[in-house]
Amino acid sequence: MVDAGGVLIFAEQDSGVVHPVSFELLGKGRTLADRLGVELSAVLLGHGVRDKAVELIYYGADVVYVFDSPFLGMFDVVQYSHNIVKLVKEASPSIFLLGATRLGRSLAPRIAAALRTGLTADCVDLDLDENGNLVQVRPAFSGNIMAQIKTKTRPQMATVRYKVMKANVRDPHRKGKVVTMEPEASGDTGIQILEKTSAGGVNIAEAEVVVSGGRGLKSQGDFALLKELAQESGGMVGSSRPLVDAGWISRDHQVGFSGHTVKPRVYVACGISGSPQHLFGMRDSDVIIAINKDASAPIFNVADYCVIGDLYELIPLLIQELKKLKAVKNLDEYK
Amino acid sequence: MLRGLKIVVLVKQVPDIEKVRFDYEKGRLDRSSAGAVINPFDLNALEAAAQIKEKIGGVVIVVSMGPEQAKEALRDALARGADEAVLLSDLRFAGADTLATSYALSCAVRKIGGFDLVVCGEKTIDGDTAQVGPEVAEFLGVPHVAYVDEILDVNVAEITIKSQLDKSSYVVKMRFPGLITVTKDVNVPRLPMLKDKLRSRKDEITVWNADDLADVAKEQLFGFNGSPTWVAKVFAPSAGKRKSQFVEGTAEEKARKVAKILVELRASR
Repeated sequence: MVDAGGVLIFAEQDSGVVHPVSFELLGKGRTLADRLGVELSAVLLGHGVRDKAVELIYYGADVVYVFDSPFLGMFDVVQYSHNIVKLVKEASPSIFLLGATRLGRSLAPRIAAALRTGLTADCVDLDLDENGNLVQVRPAFSGNIMAQIKTKTRPQMATVRYKVMKANVRDPHRKGKVVTMEPEASGDTGIQILEKTSAGGVNIAEAEVVVSGGRGLKSQGDFALLKELAQESGGMVGSSRPLVDAGWISRDHQVGFSGHTVKPRVYVACGISGSPQHLFGMRDSDVIIAINKDASAPIFNVADYCVIGDLYELIPLLIQELKKLKAVKNLDEYK
Repeated sequence: MLRGLKIVVLVKQVPDIEKVRFDYEKGRLDRSSAGAVINPFDLNALEAAAQIKEKIGGVVIVVSMGPEQAKEALRDALARGADEAVLLSDLRFAGADTLATSYALSCAVRKIGGFDLVVCGEKTIDGDTAQVGPEVAEFLGVPHVAYVDEILDVNVAEITIKSQLDKSSYVVKMRFPGLITVTKDVNVPRLPMLKDKLRSRKDEITVWNADDLADVAKEQLFGFNGSPTWVAKVFAPSAGKRKSQFVEGTAEEKARKVAKILVELRASR
């Protein structure tokens, strides 16, 4: 294979839909490969996914290795790992990136252990040092400290957080090579997938706007207010832990260390004091707006916009204002 | 002959996130402000193991790696339903990244021998990598299922679980031996009873050093020497500082300003 020393990315797909983090990996991978003067390749596994390979080329891949077989149709971590390890041993890339999705974070460590190589989790930036080694940046424990991590072994493996790298613009004229691989079943893996369903419901981690409530809420029914605000601002409702523990709202909505980590365009914290445990789940939001009666609430230390006031007074007014702005916009468009 | 399952639970001692204070001056957690506890996700792993044992019998062995103080976490685990505890403690294990940690833990599991199921929390709150579970599974050569939200069925030969991966939910049957990592949703961990707490004070904890693992391990793969990754630098992110701009005025004025900010931010995407 021609890939020695190159950059490889894992193209994650579910039911034939390529996860957008894969295109982001191709964007970053392209930059790294160009700086190193090497090829960027992608590995794609699944069943009936061959036609997706060309998309990966449009987004920056030079080579796409496709493993297409019925036994790869659903994610069996042992089968996936077995085939990818085989490819990595043959192609010997210098860098191997996967998305830090749940699937990626289940698969990557298995591959890293099989290859006896280092793996850095949930990176938010990647760079090269003066010797061309990969510099992996991730938040370290203790809040706002970041760590630069390097790897002695090859490939240098990392999972990369979704929505931090930028995908390149799709270029349908880009040319590349699709290599059909011979999938190898690793026999009885001990895993039998009985059922796979598409999860409906909320996926707060993907929301562009999150409107969260905390202990400033007086009753369960008051979530209706936040729901309306979320609706008006095109977002979803989140919650701090105490209200989830009290059974006011389901765990799907919980933001914080023991809940979801969200990174929306705007995070609106309503009646949330800002415990460390909550801050961990939302501090990477682009913009944070905090509404709280208590001017000394810690949430104001991490907010971009601090609004001191009673949420029961402010939120209905805010909803009203948003409705007005929408009406004006509609009118403008009508004209 | 053991009836039921031999279950190993891997736990880590971490700073108590519920009690820890945030140092706004330094922009990080003030670790001295809180004691050490079992990683909260590992409590769910322990509870899962305890429930399985209650259902079909067996033994729960809890394993940790860390300094002498980590015995406290193991005592807590014993009070919460574990039968035996093993601590890997040796300076030669120190400075381990996830690969070297997973290697040492897998060697301990191998030395314990004859296990059916290994249960881990989905991640630790301090490392936050979620890598140790799957890496241990690979080192042990057994299958794993990560992010288990629900245990649907279990018998002496296999376990049926529900695992949520991103947009898809999987129902998986895994044959033993195997490993699962569980989320917070899998159960509500029990509180230890006073009598169990008192009993666990006196329980014996097995301590193994690197030499004790010599028959199942290569010493050079432990700790700092066995770790392929290293921290080159730590730094404070430049973009960490927020505007902290106060929105002033009457309630109506505040609402108007915030509405404008919201609409503009959405349009700028």
